[in-house]
Amino acid sequence: MKRDFPVIFERSRSGRRGTRPPRPPEVDLAGLLGAENLRSAPPRLPEVDELTVVRHYTNLSRRQVGVDTNFYPLGSCTMKYNPRVNEAAAALFTELHPYQDPETAQGALQIMYELQEYLAEITGMDAVTLQPAAGAHGELTGMLLIRVYHESRGEGEQRRVVLVPDSAHGSNPATASMAGYQVREVPSGPDGEVDLDALRAALGPEVAAIMLTNPNTLGLFERKILELIDAAHYQGVQLYYDGANLNAIMGWARPGDMGFDVVHLNLHKTFSTPHGGGGPGSGPVGAKAHLAPFLPVPTVKREGERYVLDFDRPQTIGRMRSFYGNFAVMVRAYTYIRMLGAEGLKKASAMAVLNANYLRKKLAEVGYKIPYDRLCKHEFIAQPPEGLKALDVAKALLDYGYHPPTVYFPLIVKEAMMIEPTETESKETLDEYVEVMAEIARRGLEDPEWIAHTPYHTPVRRLDEVAANRKPVLRWRPEEG
Amino acid sequence: MNIPEDRRYTASHEWAKPEGNLIVVGISDFAQDSLGDVVFVELPEVGREVEAGEAVAVVESVKTASDIYAPVAGTVVEVNEALADEPELVNGDPYNAGWLFKIEPADASAYEKLLDAAGYAKVVEEES
Amino acid sequence: MDYTPHTTDDVRAMLEALGMQELRELFADLPEALLEPELDLPAPMDEQAILAHLRELAGRNASAAKAFLGGGLRPHFVPSLVPALAQRGEFLTAYTPYQPEVSQGVLQAVFEYQTMIAELTGLDVSNASLYDGAAALAEGVLLALRQTRRMGVVVSQGVHPEYRQVLATYLHAVGAELRTVALEGGLTPPAEFDDSVGAVVLQSPNFLGAIENPAPWVEAARASGALVVYVADPLSLALLKPPGEWGADIAVGEGQPLGNPMNFGGPQFGYIAVREKLARQLPGRLVSQTYDVDGRRGYVLALAAREQHIRRAKAKSNITTNAQLTALMGAMHMAALGPEGLADVAAASVACARALAEMLARLPGVERVTPEPFFNEFVLRLPRPAAEVRSELAARGWHAAAPVPAEYGENLALFAATERHDEDDLAGLTAALEEVLQ
Repeated sequence: MKRDFPVIFERSRSGRRGTRPPRPPEVDLAGLLGAENLRSAPPRLPEVDELTVVRHYTNLSRRQVGVDTNFYPLGSCTMKYNPRVNEAAAALFTELHPYQDPETAQGALQIMYELQEYLAEITGMDAVTLQPAAGAHGELTGMLLIRVYHESRGEGEQRRVVLVPDSAHGSNPATASMAGYQVREVPSGPDGEVDLDALRAALGPEVAAIMLTNPNTLGLFERKILELIDAAHYQGVQLYYDGANLNAIMGWARPGDMGFDVVHLNLHKTFSTPHGGGGPGSGPVGAKAHLAPFLPVPTVKREGERYVLDFDRPQTIGRMRSFYGNFAVMVRAYTYIRMLGAEGLKKASAMAVLNANYLRKKLAEVGYKIPYDRLCKHEFIAQPPEGLKALDVAKALLDYGYHPPTVYFPLIVKEAMMIEPTETESKETLDEYVEVMAEIARRGLEDPEWIAHTPYHTPVRRLDEVAANRKPVLRWRPEEG
Repeated sequence: MNIPEDRRYTASHEWAKPEGNLIVVGISDFAQDSLGDVVFVELPEVGREVEAGEAVAVVESVKTASDIYAPVAGTVVEVNEALADEPELVNGDPYNAGWLFKIEPADASAYEKLLDAAGYAKVVEEES
Repeated sequence: MDYTPHTTDDVRAMLEALGMQELRELFADLPEALLEPELDLPAPMDEQAILAHLRELAGRNASAAKAFLGGGLRPHFVPSLVPALAQRGEFLTAYTPYQPEVSQGVLQAVFEYQTMIAELTGLDVSNASLYDGAAALAEGVLLALRQTRRMGVVVSQGVHPEYRQVLATYLHAVGAELRTVALEGGLTPPAEFDDSVGAVVLQSPNFLGAIENPAPWVEAARASGALVVYVADPLSLALLKPPGEWGADIAVGEGQPLGNPMNFGGPQFGYIAVREKLARQLPGRLVSQTYDVDGRRGYVLALAAREQHIRRAKAKSNITTNAQLTALMGAMHMAALGPEGLADVAAASVACARALAEMLARLPGVERVTPEPFFNEFVLRLPRPAAEVRSELAARGWHAAAPVPAEYGENLALFAATERHDEDDLAGLTAALEEVLQ
């Protein structure tokens, strides 16, 4: 009989106490807060002792893989090593309140100021805001900069359309919608790059912006980028750079030099801050000078030897987040950039690209299909050998102790497996991975029943997602436990 | 692939069937099969006026969501309430119990302009 | 210092496998004109050097561990087990749990978090987290507008001014109308809403710290068909009647008081909880319980068809990365303290704030502006601009008197107190303020 792993509520016993906070003085809460304002019953939170809490979460963590435990080549997510020194760095700055006198937070403001400068330098942009809390939040910030820019030129009403390649991250069209735009998809050509003729044809006075990722989600550098941007700028169209894939080109090329007007970065991808099971991240946005007046407030400015919060930006798009952004994530990225320096960043990108190309080559040798088999950047798309499904290969990898690649994305490639090894993986890791992929292909083709029912050795096996979506159970209730 | 001849179709895989002065709308067997297990159907409000080709409903599976377009212009007069509890009807019985909504057409002749079973069979053939 | 494991031999062998001689060839598909810009960045540092540098920078900050500053973010006691567990590499270095078989740790912890937030707010369903309180408010309002198919929003001035600014940015983008109802005597006056209004927003305790009576707004919203978005400090919900019981449809807020350090304002986490019928309108990730092929209970991401990676331009939101780890710290905190511990923290904060407000309001020229009853933040009118007073207090080692925006009145300062303050702290701040105001 297999037992379910208990939820913490099932470990609860009425009256049991965990951590004791300072004892409150005897006060008449009904008198202080108004009897009519009090809860009729306390929230039904778990009542557990400390050891139970520690064991519960420790054992939960053992039902979870991360970069610290397994090779995690999840395409488009840049699952590189998250240095522990970053954590030590962030721990130095936890006890700071955003409303304390800025004169007493000069060290924190200096980090923010310098990080703004570093990111501007790395991307080739003129000004940076650190306020956005994640990549998609940065996208929205960037698109609002573009929108307010067009409005400031009296073209707000006219420019209502945003062009997005069909290979784009889903967050791009979703962001354009949130920014109040209509989205028009631009097809990719047979070479996996944006079809320049189709794009030219789609340009016009109603177009506000193009959102591009370069290298794109196929891991391919858009080789006609300079022509493409010229054609767009000629029509007054702004260029948005989705920085999800910046890990491919740090120190080798800059979006600002390509001609992009605005860029967002994912500090939790490119700059080694941990992903935390889905966040928090940080999504700084860089802008060229003509967009800088619209950046959200506040930014950090240097006045002589002092660092100050600058709220004086009359044309700002407004605020995107409370306070100043995800500061503790910025500290980690700052630490990373200061440790690597220009040479280290450049080497990181070179090794990321080397690893991706090596893996592309080796996987092709063991029977995986590479739909765009040419020099890639930090990631590439593979397809399983004929007769196998990407999903099944992914599930089989779990039994071998690997986190699978991103599967079924981008949508324009059938059975896509998007593989991004990152620069922090060694040649041995890649070689072993290739051996396992070869074995899965061989065994899967020989024994379709085996692969269709993988994984066998994980904490749970394939889960009924249809039931979870038809009749979702989104909270624990005693009667269901 | 089952394509009954008692009704008409769209190139976007809806079927339309006259019922008195109304048109009943659903999705084809081919469409439900390509979507996979349907987990949720978002239906239009009764009384909503719709244009032909307007996205009026959404059929969701675990990993996809497809817009459903009104085959003809008119007013939505009834929706299939049973789908709230049993979205799987769309998979199990797409042409009968899995219907989505009924439209009172603005123009009774619009139905005639839709694809017949043979025309739709060609669409399916091209896509599969 | 970089973190690449490649030896010279590795690089040579790998290049050879690709038929290349040098690394530069890996970038041969880039236009020559773009290649190898000189980056003007400081020289690299090793671990010892960077830590020394950071300690020096940290030394230029004054600790706010005993700050009397508020705005929904405050120094609270965090059990030691919270950061210890959150730093487990499996939680720290995972990403979105798209492979549920090897992600049960995060998925189950999120499921439990969702349950705790639902319990705390008195609503049915919570999502996995949003960025912060302000983004949660903006998303809550957009949700209400989607559901009601209306484009009008009415917000009380009692809502945190920074949240309202973020809301205004989001609403401008979609062309929605935002109307603000000014506070009267520190409280939200009754209002009426016409049928263009899809969302009404109030906060309790409000930005001035006062506990609102949400009933009139809830009734007026019911009458007009608008949904009620209720901004609540989650710590206050250990004691106060939750949004769901008041009749709110959507509760949102800033999670920092639950187990997260202040971090100079971020990251913490935003929460959002809604009534059952709104679940499919929620932005962001949701975890559902289900079973595996062997009948074992497990957890998966659910209702993903709402989200950007599937629905693209028609997604409920563009959010992907959220605030997962910080939200799980909130869950660990609630698990460690339990309902009684959380209520103790809240009660200690209330008692401490009450005592502080009485002590400070006795000083000449100082007057409490926040009406009773209030929770653990309050606003005082000072005889001088708050920014000056804050600065002079800081010079004496006390962090207090956050300037309140002028829209609420002149010379107003926000104070907060928590269970981290003792009698000596209260007396010390009072003496310092007395000195500063002389």
